[in-house]
Amino acid sequence: MSPLDTTAESPTIAEAKRQVEICNACRYCEGFCAVFPAINRQRIFASGDIQQLAHLCHNCRGCYYSCQYTPPHEFAVNLPRILAETRAEDWDRFAWPSGFGGLFQRQGLAIAGLLVLALAALFLAVQGIRPQGGEGFYAYLSHGAMVAIFLPAFVLPLVAIGVSLRRYWRTVGGGAVQWRHVKAALMDSARLKNLSGGQGQGCNYEKEDRYSDTRRWMHQAVLYGFLLCFASTSSGTLLHYAGYPAPYGFWSLPKLLGIPGGILLTVGGLGLAWLKTQADRDLNAPAYWGGEMAFVLLLTATGLTGLVLYAATGTAAVQPLLALHLGTVLAFFLLMPYSKMIHGFYRVAALIRDAQIKMKDQRPTIPQPPVRAAVSPPAWDADSRG
Amino acid sequence: MSRLGQLTETEWDVVVVGGGNAALCAAIEAAERGCRVVILEGAPETYRGGNSRHTRNFRCMHSGPLSVLTDSYGENEYFDDLIRVTKGQTDEGLARLAIRTSEECLPWMEAHGVRFQPSLSGTLSLSRTNAFFLGGGKALVNAYYITAEDLGVTIAYEAQVTHVEVSGGRFDAVQVEIGGERLRVRGKAVVLASGGFQSDIDWLARAWGESARNFLIRGTPYNRGVVLKDMLDQGAESVGDPTQCHAVAIDGRAPQYDGGIVTRLDCVPFSVVVNRDGQRFYDEGEDVWPKRYAIWGRLVAAQPDQVGYAIIDSRSIDLFMPSVYPPIEADTIEGLAEALGLPPAAVRETIDAFNAACREGPFTPTELDGLATEGLDPPKTNWARPIVEPPFYGYSLRPGVTFTYLGLKVDHEARVTGPEGRYHNIWAAGEIMAGSILGQGYLAGFGMTIGTVFGRLAGQGAAAHVAA
Ligand SMILES: Cc1cc2nc3c(=O)[nH]c(=O)nc-3n(C[C@H](O)[C@H](O)[C@H](O)COP(=O)(O)OP(=O)(O)OC[C@H]3O[C@@H](n4cnc5c(N)ncnc54)[C@H](O)[C@@H]3O)c2cc1C
Ligand code: SF4
Ligand code: SF4
Repeated sequence: MSPLDTTAESPTIAEAKRQVEICNACRYCEGFCAVFPAINRQRIFASGDIQQLAHLCHNCRGCYYSCQYTPPHEFAVNLPRILAETRAEDWDRFAWPSGFGGLFQRQGLAIAGLLVLALAALFLAVQGIRPQGGEGFYAYLSHGAMVAIFLPAFVLPLVAIGVSLRRYWRTVGGGAVQWRHVKAALMDSARLKNLSGGQGQGCNYEKEDRYSDTRRWMHQAVLYGFLLCFASTSSGTLLHYAGYPAPYGFWSLPKLLGIPGGILLTVGGLGLAWLKTQADRDLNAPAYWGGEMAFVLLLTATGLTGLVLYAATGTAAVQPLLALHLGTVLAFFLLMPYSKMIHGFYRVAALIRDAQIKMKDQRPTIPQPPVRAAVSPPAWDADSRG
Repeated sequence: MSRLGQLTETEWDVVVVGGGNAALCAAIEAAERGCRVVILEGAPETYRGGNSRHTRNFRCMHSGPLSVLTDSYGENEYFDDLIRVTKGQTDEGLARLAIRTSEECLPWMEAHGVRFQPSLSGTLSLSRTNAFFLGGGKALVNAYYITAEDLGVTIAYEAQVTHVEVSGGRFDAVQVEIGGERLRVRGKAVVLASGGFQSDIDWLARAWGESARNFLIRGTPYNRGVVLKDMLDQGAESVGDPTQCHAVAIDGRAPQYDGGIVTRLDCVPFSVVVNRDGQRFYDEGEDVWPKRYAIWGRLVAAQPDQVGYAIIDSRSIDLFMPSVYPPIEADTIEGLAEALGLPPAAVRETIDAFNAACREGPFTPTELDGLATEGLDPPKTNWARPIVEPPFYGYSLRPGVTFTYLGLKVDHEARVTGPEGRYHNIWAAGEIMAGSILGQGYLAGFGMTIGTVFGRLAGQGAAAHVAA
């Protein structure tokens, strides 16, 4: 085993390794995504290598529907599923504090429970510590109270995510990160290149062996919607400290970012949830289906409640709606390290690592056995096998 | 109407027997010309697509860069490559037809859903001649099934055709077994695309001898030659030598059927290969491996129990493509022999004799390096480097049959010839007629070329017949 291993090889990783070795002897799926070129660069796979492959996989399922070895064939290859299970195991394994990941990732009910708690807290806050003055939302919850609640609810999860990523980075043997690695990773994520089927035809998520780009569109609606909402909130915060407190009119930066963001987030989230009901659960980690679904709906709810709240401006509904929206957002923030949300952080990390390896500038931080690379040299391949 | 009712009560324009590449190309062509088409695929849906689901590329002529293909690959070069591997046993007219038509097939394939990818890692030298399918043959087969479904083609799975009813040189119907029921499916024309007979081990044993029972079949278990035999029994003209099959040396641990590409073993040139008794039997370094690949199938088939064992040392383990099964490993030659079930003393003696016959010189894995043994019989004429560095690794080798050559004789329109000249309304395409072109030997990627070219011709011809 390579010295990079920090984790004992779990049965999931062992099974993933078995399947990856079959793929390495086959290579038919090379053009679908970044996973196969990464497989084909190696011959011997340590646990960390398998984990890196797992986080590179976007579960597009192209390789499953193309595979001549899927069950009932005795080779029983179902790469999307075993990589999804490896990924999910890492979400639990690297979670900090330990145990939180397992709690929420697999249980939609736990997510719902946390949501209820967050909502209750916000309702109490809005009821109980209602400020004397203040305009707009601040009439219900002062800016100070919001900061007191949301600053830790935002920063602490980020710290937890940082710890998890550090653990991951060690496991996969990552090196010093350079801007060009990050740039390559962000370019891939921005286009969701690995969900494009390799040629822009899309993935095989909800229509089995037919390609479809719907999931990529919906995912990007959520991603960009989320980023717009985040930018909206950030701009609001900046404006606040610049002396322009809320409420903001329609033609203000927070609203111009937030409204389209909320719409994208809502539409994309509903789309993703619908797609999830259509897709074959056995090609993902089935034990995580409920948790993922609950998370997608929670994320959708942050967008939807925000829009409804805006629509209700000036009415009596603002008070409950504000509590509803802020409670949802609070639950979402708290769950970032322990829900499907974490996949994005690992995904970017894996893409950065992949870029490092591809760009070859990276020296392993720990001495490794000689790299076993030289596979069949070109002169040997004009074969008559088939 | 129930599905089975629809099958028997419809008078189909074109009945397609088989569900691999050739069958699908024929079905799509006929359906695009307005025919009512039914595909009778013997395999269940999960295993649909015959040997085609195991393929990876298609050999294609092209006069300039075309899709993923680089440079150019002209008719004469393609034909020369073919003649070289078949030692002249080639029908020039049909071969040139296949070669010439291959160029227009590639865009046709793309237009019908097939996607190509650049040559796979480890196969760079094929990037000019062979277009690789994104996702391999199963992805190609899926794309064609989708296209056929969208064109309204009816598809019946687990539909084993047992008999083709022919009277007076004319096809009337096929008899087919679906779910234990025997049905009669009538049509105006039929395309036979049900592959070779390699999965009928009894037939192989009759043709090749009892030793064939130890052969492994690389592809689908559903190509049992039922339709081929039925046609030959009715007097259809045959081509190809029944004792000929394309067999290669694969990992002896491969499953009896359907192991596909991953069971390949490329270690022979860097090995000492012994038989069950621990004796060498052929020059392992005769030529670059791809050219020897098929030869080793036959060599191993001629050994006792049809098995061979390739032994290498730790210096060579990374010189070839990884295979699906890990090698057997031991720190001593005797230990390895024991683990492989070979007589340790005999293997030791063979390896010692080999090592003693090796001489100094540069070892170059990527080319014929001329590093030959001295005074050894049989010699090893290239890459003869002593087997001395533990750990030692061993793989068992068995013959893996790709396909058989015996087939139906067709003309340049893919029409089948019967006792009284060509049949009125019977076409054949793919492996079932590949013997019309290839007498022996094989060129990588030509199977799919034959299936695509003659499948399309068959579909077009059948449609024209129906319209007339
Ligand atoms: C492992 C492997 C790799 C290969 N790689 C390549 C490659 O890369 N490139 C290449 O050109 N060639 C390759 N070949 C050869 C290639 O597979 C064949 O030449 C080609 O697929 C033949 O196509 P086909 O349609 O004639 O037969 P098949 O694809 O085998 O289709 C035959 C069909 O007939 C059906 N059938 C059989 N009997 C009956 C019956 N009685 N009733 C109903 N249906 C029946 C089968 O189920 C099957 O669907 C490879 C072969 C193998 C085994
Ligand atoms: S998923 Fe299947 S077809 Fe694709 S590379 Fe792996 S073994 Fe080959
Ligand atoms: S599911 Fe898609 S992204 Fe994942 S390994 Fe397969 S082809 Fe690549």
